[in-house]
Amino acid sequence: MYTFSSKLKTFSIILMAVGLLGIGYGFLTAPKDIQEVEKILASESHGGHGEVKHEVAAEAEEADTVVADHKEVEAAVEATEAHAVVEGHNEVAAAVEPTEAHAAVENHSEVSEAAEHEEHLTHVLHQLQNKPWAALYVACIFFMLISMGVLAFYAIQQVAQAGWSPVLFRVMQGITAYLPVGSVLFFIFLVLCGLHFNHLFIWLDPEVVAHDKLIATKSGYLNFPFWIVRAAIFLIGWNLYRYYSAKNCLAQDESNDDSFYKKNFNISAGFLVFFIVTESIMSWDWIMSIDPHWFSTLFGWYVFASFFVSGITMIAMVTLYLKSRGYLEHVNTSHIHDLAKFMFGFSVFWTYLWFSQFMLIWYANIPEEITYFITRIELYNLPFFGAIVMNFLFPILILVNTDFKRITWILVMAGVVILAGHYIDFFNMIMPGTVGDRWFIGISEIASVLFFLGLFIFVVFTALAKSPLLPKRNPYIEESKHFHY
Amino acid sequence: MSNKVIYAIYNDDDILMDAVKQTRAAHHHIEEVFTPFPVHGLDKAMGLAPTRLAICAFIYGCIGISFATWMMNFVMIQDWPQDIGGKPSFSYIENMPAFVPIMFEMTVFFAAHLMVITFYMRSKLWPFKQAENPDVRTTDDHFLMEVAVNNNEEELVSFFKNTGAVEVKVIEKH
Repeated sequence: MYTFSSKLKTFSIILMAVGLLGIGYGFLTAPKDIQEVEKILASESHGGHGEVKHEVAAEAEEADTVVADHKEVEAAVEATEAHAVVEGHNEVAAAVEPTEAHAAVENHSEVSEAAEHEEHLTHVLHQLQNKPWAALYVACIFFMLISMGVLAFYAIQQVAQAGWSPVLFRVMQGITAYLPVGSVLFFIFLVLCGLHFNHLFIWLDPEVVAHDKLIATKSGYLNFPFWIVRAAIFLIGWNLYRYYSAKNCLAQDESNDDSFYKKNFNISAGFLVFFIVTESIMSWDWIMSIDPHWFSTLFGWYVFASFFVSGITMIAMVTLYLKSRGYLEHVNTSHIHDLAKFMFGFSVFWTYLWFSQFMLIWYANIPEEITYFITRIELYNLPFFGAIVMNFLFPILILVNTDFKRITWILVMAGVVILAGHYIDFFNMIMPGTVGDRWFIGISEIASVLFFLGLFIFVVFTALAKSPLLPKRNPYIEESKHFHY
Repeated sequence: MSNKVIYAIYNDDDILMDAVKQTRAAHHHIEEVFTPFPVHGLDKAMGLAPTRLAICAFIYGCIGISFATWMMNFVMIQDWPQDIGGKPSFSYIENMPAFVPIMFEMTVFFAAHLMVITFYMRSKLWPFKQAENPDVRTTDDHFLMEVAVNNNEEELVSFFKNTGAVEVKVIEKH
């Protein structure tokens, strides 16, 4: 039996407390109205937005000058022509004309500039108000989907009758114990979105839908009641599988035959079918609908690859931790090696899907699709391409070596980079549609991650302490104990 | 000095594994072991050095991706940078997504083929090569261990008889 070390418990509670403080700070410092936004923009006039403003102003000035020049030239030509007739009169008229025209132009541009500025401020206000919400959302969905990735991996191991993994089943069940907690928090978050506490999903705003034909035609699918019911069904379905699978696994320990094992086999197969359908829809509902004007067919697979590799990495991390504390006597370097191979393989799989999605859209360059990537490349250049480095280049170069796949510190390093990389990946998927160019990995973002990480550690290790770490009567447990690669 | 060798023939891979371990423990030098199929763990028992073929493959893959990059940079960017369907051919990086499928395939192609050729060369295999089979049964259901004799013929014969060999032969090798 594992006992939750008091140090780790304190650590997780500190993470949660610090995270909560940071999240609160993020919400308190978000601007409440346009005036605050104006102050923020003025104070950062040397930053990105100030420049844009200057540019606009400079452009307006330039236009004025052009108009004025033009008038002056005209006036000069006119004056030259008329010179012979009435010199004095014409000159006066010419002098008056350009001044008047100039004034009119100036007036006009001032009005439109003010309206534009107002619109710009409202836009920035929405982005800045979204920022703490989006930060919370990214961390919330990321950790929930990690436990989902572990659950999918666990179900696959059951159905594939893998001979190596049964010694890791309790670790996987421990990690998936976060799923009920995570899904409740996530569901509450979705309900808050529906109650207009935030502006993450613009199609939830009837005002936006009324003026947006594209979204309006999608409202048969993207409407709050249908959306929230779908979310409820998915979350309940996943949690039911998790609950019964863990229960049957424990019951199998005490039983005299393999009936519970067979039951688990059947529900796992059923779950995988349910999962692949709901996973795809989930990715449209919770991530793709952030950008409701954009669509991609392999998006569901892409999201799946991202959290699946994170889930496997999380299994490896927790296993390495428990092993280093001496709790997993039957887990040897061959098990670790296998997990590392999965980390490697699915990192490449993620890259394959990332590139397939990017390259197809880049190559065809259809305006309604390419905007998605233009936003990301122009505004999120470092996170967008940094995710490739962290999720592909680094793992492929480190984990390609057989010997490295057995060395704890290398695996921990690779795992941390992969997990951080896939956080960035979710960040890239959600932030551009919610905060646009106002993104920053600052207090709200880090605090949200810390809070959910603390909660994750607390829930997972509490669950790990509740049941023995080695299943007793699994038909493949002996093979798994002696697994050697 | 005569080139005498002992052929100890076994008909079970488990017995062979034990015999190899005993022979190693007794410090007799194993020249070669012939088996009809891969015996898991035999190389470890014989103390053979691990293969470096994977390292070769990695290097060949690097060569492949370098070649693909150089080739497409020269053809598409340096030599004749045409506008083909609006693709940006001003620099390699700007048009790189279009080159990735080729870069990938060339990496795999070079890694795979050069590694296979390396394997053939290192294990001296080619179409008209004379087979080096000491006993035809070793391709079917027998295992053969070849051990050099250094004036200790009787001792070796009795040693291999005790390891469960179904047949022990002393052969003059040229």
